[in-house]
Amino acid sequence: MKNLHPCFLFMAYISSIMSLPDANGKYGRYGGKFAPEVLMPALEDLERSFAKYREDDRFNAELNALLRDFAGRPTPLYFAKNLSEMCGSRIYLKREDLVHGGAHKLNNTLGQCLLAKYMGKKRIIAETGAGQHGVATAMAAAVLGLQCEIYMGTEDIKRQKLNVFRMELLGARVNPVDSGSRTLKDAINDAMRDWVANVKDTYYLIGSVVGPHPYPLIVREFQRIIGSETKKQILATEGRLPDAIIACVGGGSNALGIFSDFIEDRSVSLIGVEAGGKGLETGEHGASLCAGTEGVLHGMYSKLLQDKYGQIKQSHSFAPGLDYPGVGPELAYLVDSGRVKVDSATDEETLGAFKLLSTKEGIIPALESAHAIHYAVAHANEWDLIVVNLSGRGDKDIFSVAGVLGKGVI
Amino acid sequence: MTLADKFEELNKRGERALIGFITAGYPGIDTTVDIADALIRGGVDILELGLPFSDPIADGVTIQRASESSLRAGMNPDVYFDVAARIKGADKVCLTYYNLILQRGLDRFVTDCVSAGISGIIVPDLPVEESEPLQSVCNRYETDLIYLIAPTTTDKRMARILDSASGFIYVVSLLGVTGARDRLSDVIEPLISRIRRQEAAMNVNVPLAVGFGISRPEHVKSVCQFADGAIVGSAIIKLIEEGGPSLINRVEDFARSLKAATR
Ligand SMILES: Cc1ncc(COP(=O)(O)O)c(C=O)c1O
Repeated sequence: MKNLHPCFLFMAYISSIMSLPDANGKYGRYGGKFAPEVLMPALEDLERSFAKYREDDRFNAELNALLRDFAGRPTPLYFAKNLSEMCGSRIYLKREDLVHGGAHKLNNTLGQCLLAKYMGKKRIIAETGAGQHGVATAMAAAVLGLQCEIYMGTEDIKRQKLNVFRMELLGARVNPVDSGSRTLKDAINDAMRDWVANVKDTYYLIGSVVGPHPYPLIVREFQRIIGSETKKQILATEGRLPDAIIACVGGGSNALGIFSDFIEDRSVSLIGVEAGGKGLETGEHGASLCAGTEGVLHGMYSKLLQDKYGQIKQSHSFAPGLDYPGVGPELAYLVDSGRVKVDSATDEETLGAFKLLSTKEGIIPALESAHAIHYAVAHANEWDLIVVNLSGRGDKDIFSVAGVLGKGVI
Repeated sequence: MTLADKFEELNKRGERALIGFITAGYPGIDTTVDIADALIRGGVDILELGLPFSDPIADGVTIQRASESSLRAGMNPDVYFDVAARIKGADKVCLTYYNLILQRGLDRFVTDCVSAGISGIIVPDLPVEESEPLQSVCNRYETDLIYLIAPTTTDKRMARILDSASGFIYVVSLLGVTGARDRLSDVIEPLISRIRRQEAAMNVNVPLAVGFGISRPEHVKSVCQFADGAIVGSAIIKLIEEGGPSLINRVEDFARSLKAATR
């Protein structure tokens, strides 16, 4: 190896990233397909169908039209003037909060619902934590004429009543999940159990870059549009690539969505911000990349929050979309390889950023996205040109924020 | 005695295997041994002892509840192997999810199984694509890694599974999770004949035991017309859930009625 020119090693590194996942659905040692045998043929079928339709002109034309006219893409790359002035560097916000439904989640659900339709499936099931993925799934299913059922933990149902009602209005059935910690991970368990029983006519629509292969790949590809738009937009307005791109990380779909087109651009720092909850030292957080260990959950080998025996721990975050004790395998790989850096923001820090963006820029961010805003503000002096992925809007969170602030709403 | 020997011995007696599943630590850590003993007295040939995982995606509500209760009572792999070692008089297999095996270390997990007298391991979230590391450790310690075959399993996958399989094949009788059902699934017979054909073509002979949804002696009887064994789980857990003073006797009687149906 020592005779090789460093450039060659770099090229080899880049091409190894670009070709991931490998044929077994692995990103280095992460990923894979740790699923019950009943589902394995369905996963193979899904992999084949995705490979086929992603190259299909009719499929792509239909998806692009939906993304444009139904979802409202492209979303603006907004120069946050007031925040920039305050921080002393140029900060742009990628406005995924303006996607129909209020979060980036619809990019993925439109892609997967359309895929389901092309595969001849009639029934969509999905899990949801914050309710954002559930709402986005219900919207995509409605517009494409598919039947839709959403699994949601009873703890999350309590925290996100508004989204439960939205899903029902959109014609979806919400199935409460009362097992385990009654949050997102348990909703995924029940959605998988449903899929096992109804695999012949049902499409399981995972909401993030998690789960068994090919889901992390499919979700990444349907979210990649965030980064490809960002690249064009920043080149058009600034004439150069940003120094840093910052995104919050729950499962990792908005982060990989905006990062993927910049992986090869080594000058661009890519930073994921996880849920620090009450502080990493308290053990009550959702920071699988910062503080987790390797293991298998929900069909993937990745970084998890678990005890020494391998029992999955309950995560904690007041941002329900980050309240998950695992993370997508590709992110785990990119963090190990050093390409993506991770940090965390606590509930308290996030609340500060939530209020700051609301008052300074007139934008109420989702609590999830406010994690990334906090990091950007706290580290702004390290870079001149920063893009933050504003993954969603905060309307869904006003009740829980009011609760934290001790204020009654309505 | 290996699991293969067990099936052969039963076959010589004109019997099929009764495989009984319980969750270790449910309803309590010590009662597990009493319940296992009752099942064995009643005629269970192979005891499948579940090591509970926090997120059992292949299990229905009955086993989920038992798993949660057991974990709350303090079950963990250290306790599990102690409990398993105290159960005597039947072949034993361990059913658990892959993460618990990974975290203990494959080598340590399998040697702990051997020390506790467990001769096979069933891992519902470890398909053949991912099983090589555990399979090679199992081979080293002559422990059977027991694979599942489902109604959706294609012939191609089936060939790959049968190529690695030993002990027995866990034939999943239906599309769904574990849990007692009133009616027996009608895919069992065609599925069993498809596996038998594949076995004949490959010249392998791994016994086939059918599980998921089998809850009554009549189910066991009809499964045993084509298969080498029947696996009963949730129905036993449900009986344990009912509780009551004569629980141990009722468990034994239930096992006896199931065993009678295998003859
Ligand atoms: C607005 C918003 N941002 C981020 C997330 C976290 O998911 P991911 O990490 O997959 O982007 C969610 C999840 O519900 C969300 O609603």
